[in-house]
Amino acid sequence: MTKPPPDRPIRLRVFSSPTHLAVVRGAVDGLCRSIGFDEDCITRVVMSVDEALTNVIRHAYDGVADQPIEIELDWTKLPDGVRISIRDCGRRVEREHMTPPPRDNLQPGGLGLHIMTECMDRIEYNPAEGGGTVLTMVKRLEQARGRE
Amino acid sequence: MDESIRQCVKSVRWISGSAVVDVQGDVDLSRSSEFQQSLLVVMDQKPERIIVNLAEVPYMDSSGVASLVKLLGRTKRQGVVLRLAALTVRVRSIFEITRLDDVFDIHATVEEALS
Repeated sequence: MTKPPPDRPIRLRVFSSPTHLAVVRGAVDGLCRSIGFDEDCITRVVMSVDEALTNVIRHAYDGVADQPIEIELDWTKLPDGVRISIRDCGRRVEREHMTPPPRDNLQPGGLGLHIMTECMDRIEYNPAEGGGTVLTMVKRLEQARGRE
Repeated sequence: MDESIRQCVKSVRWISGSAVVDVQGDVDLSRSSEFQQSLLVVMDQKPERIIVNLAEVPYMDSSGVASLVKLLGRTKRQGVVLRLAALTVRVRSIFEITRLDDVFDIHATVEEALS
């Protein structure tokens, strides 16, 4: 039986440790399932969040494992989907790293951003107040997109 | 085989010159370097074919896929056949989304990959 979705946004604070990735994947999976996403959509959102966190760990924090990452999963402001924001306090993302590589020239290093742009309806990087970066990603329910 | 390799690669079975690498658990940033190292250890033993059995891998991220992309390059240079077998739904998804399902030789089962 599907559980009802939470009535407020979910906020997670994790460290930039790769061992925390599985915990976040579990939380994202659970929220998407309660909203009513299908399996394919759940997989795509889970992958995108995981890749975004991996990029933060690797590029914003250079692999240092004890730095803060804040994640907000909010479905309450969108009638037909979920908005996810990921905030770090590390080095800001350079503009050239915000564009995925050409699809016909995939290299291992560009796979994460490619996955995020393929799987989410919108992704946007912005400088965070006080330093760091906020990544905002939106995924809408398939049936809602079909009505457009 | 050292402890780190044992954690990610459950076993390596040798069948008529083919190394069947049985992988277990999620392969994400926390384990991908260990995964890659394990594959290179197998490669160093000069198999004719490497079959990577992913039946017990519920999830793989881009760093895990990148490990396999690097292995693919190395196997091609050395004339070794690389096949992936028994991908779970989420692992197959990442290969499809990155369009690497056309780049790798993917089989439904280990038996099919060995044939």
